[in-house]
Amino acid sequence: MNISKQEYGELTKKASPNSKSYITIPSAFLVGGLICVIGQLLFALYRRMGMIPMDASTLVSITLVAASAVLTGLNVYDNIAKFGGAGTLVPITGFANAVVSPALEFKSEGFVLGLGAKLFIIAGPVIVYGVSASILYGAILFCIRLFQ
Amino acid sequence: MSEKLSHSTYRMTGRPSLRSFAAVVGKKEGEGPLGPCFDQVFEDTTLGMETWEKAESQLQKEAVSLALKKAELLNSQIDVLFAGDLLNQCIGSSFGLRELNIPFVGLYGACSTMAESLALASLFADNRLADHAMAVTSSHFASAERQFRFPLEYGGVRTPTAQWTVTGSGAAVVSADGEGPYVRGVTLGRIQDMGINDINNMGAAMAPAAASTIKQYLMDTGTRPQDYDGIYTGDLGMVGSELLLQLLSREDVNLEGVHQDCGLLIFDRERQDVHAGGSGCGCSGSVLCGHILPRLREGSLKNVLFIATGALMSPTSMQQGETIPSIAHLVHLSREP
Repeated sequence: MNISKQEYGELTKKASPNSKSYITIPSAFLVGGLICVIGQLLFALYRRMGMIPMDASTLVSITLVAASAVLTGLNVYDNIAKFGGAGTLVPITGFANAVVSPALEFKSEGFVLGLGAKLFIIAGPVIVYGVSASILYGAILFCIRLFQ
Repeated sequence: MSEKLSHSTYRMTGRPSLRSFAAVVGKKEGEGPLGPCFDQVFEDTTLGMETWEKAESQLQKEAVSLALKKAELLNSQIDVLFAGDLLNQCIGSSFGLRELNIPFVGLYGACSTMAESLALASLFADNRLADHAMAVTSSHFASAERQFRFPLEYGGVRTPTAQWTVTGSGAAVVSADGEGPYVRGVTLGRIQDMGINDINNMGAAMAPAAASTIKQYLMDTGTRPQDYDGIYTGDLGMVGSELLLQLLSREDVNLEGVHQDCGLLIFDRERQDVHAGGSGCGCSGSVLCGHILPRLREGSLKNVLFIATGALMSPTSMQQGETIPSIAHLVHLSREP
C-alpha cells in the first residue's frame, strides 16, 4: 500500500470514534456515587444496630463485596457496569467482581489449575502493586519519622 | 489446472462448484438482520455442552453435518476438509470434527479462515485433487472472550472501536463440477502490518490487508470494482470499512456502493450494542454460507468477491506490545461458470 505507518496511524485516529464522555462520565459519577450512598446507608444502619464505627465500616465492606459477588453470579453486575463504567469498577464492588468473574469463568479447567490459579488474574496486579506501594509508603514514612 | 495469474492469484480453469453450504449461529446472531437466513439458530449458546470450547466444536460439527446432508454426500466421499477457528491449537475444529473420519487439514488464519479454507478447497477441486472438498470455520463469543479478553461476567467496558465475536459456523462443500455457484479465482493474501497495536481496533489493523488483496485481484484480472455486484469483506466493522475505502481511493480504486462488510451485515450495531460490528471466523463464515451463497444460487447476486480478513495476533504477542499483523484472502464467486 502506498501509505506510511505514520500516515495510516493518523487516518485510523480520525476514523476511530472516541467514547462519548459526555454520557460515560456522568453515568460513572451517578452509579459510583450511588454505590457510595448505599455504603453510607449501610453504615448508618449498622451503627443504629449498636456497632462501633470500626466494626460497622468493616461490615459495610463485607456487605458490598458479598452483594457484588452475588450480582456477578446472577449475570447482573456486568450489565450495571455497562452503564456505570468506572463507577462500578473503582469501588470495592468492582474488586469483588474482578475476583468472582474469573472464578466462574475458569472453573471449567478444574478447581486447582482453573479456578485456583486464575482467581486473581485481574485483581492480582492490583493486590501486588497495592501491597508494594504500601510497603514503599511505609518505608518513606519510617525514614521521615527518624529525622523528626 | 488452475492458471497462475500472478504471484498470488489463481484463475480456476475448471468449474469448481459450491455443491452445498450451511450456516449455524447463536441467539444474538439469530436476532440480527440476517437471522432468517441461517439454517439453524441455537437459542442456547452452550448447545447443551458444559464448556464453551465444546459448544464451539459442536457448532462446527452441526454446520458440517448440515452441509453434507444438503450435498447428499457421505463422509467417505469428501476427499479433504480444510478447517480452522480462533482457539489455541484450533481445538474448535479438531475436536469438533474428530469423529468424521475425513482427511483433515487444520488451518489458522484467524478471522480470514473462511476464505482461506474455501480458496484451498477450490484449488483442490479445480485441479481434480479432490472430487469433493470441504471448508469450515467457526467462532464463539464466549470462548473467544475468555481466550483473548476478559471473563464474561467481568464488568470491563468495551471501547467504541471494539467488535463483537460472532457465535456461528459456516461450512461449504466444493465439488469439481456441478450446478454452481462457482469459484472463479482466488488470491492468497500477504501479511500486512501498518503498526496498529490496539486489540480493540482490529478493523483498523485488518483494513490494509483487505485493501492489498482486493487491489491485487483487480489488477491481476484487469477488472474494476463496478464489475461486481458486491465486494464483501469479512469483519472490518465500521472503522475498518471506512479505512478500506480511504486506502483504496488513494490507489484510485473506488469501492463506494459495491462494498459490504459481513461484520456490519450480521448485527444491527445500534440495537444489538455490538460497537463497531461483528468479528470472528464465524462472522464471515456464517454470512457467506447463510446470506451470500444462497443469493448467488437463486440469482439475485451474480458476481461477488469475498474477502475474509484476519488479525494474526495472540494474547502473548499483545502483552509483549507487538503490533498486529493481518491477512486477507479473496475468493471470486459467480452464478455462472
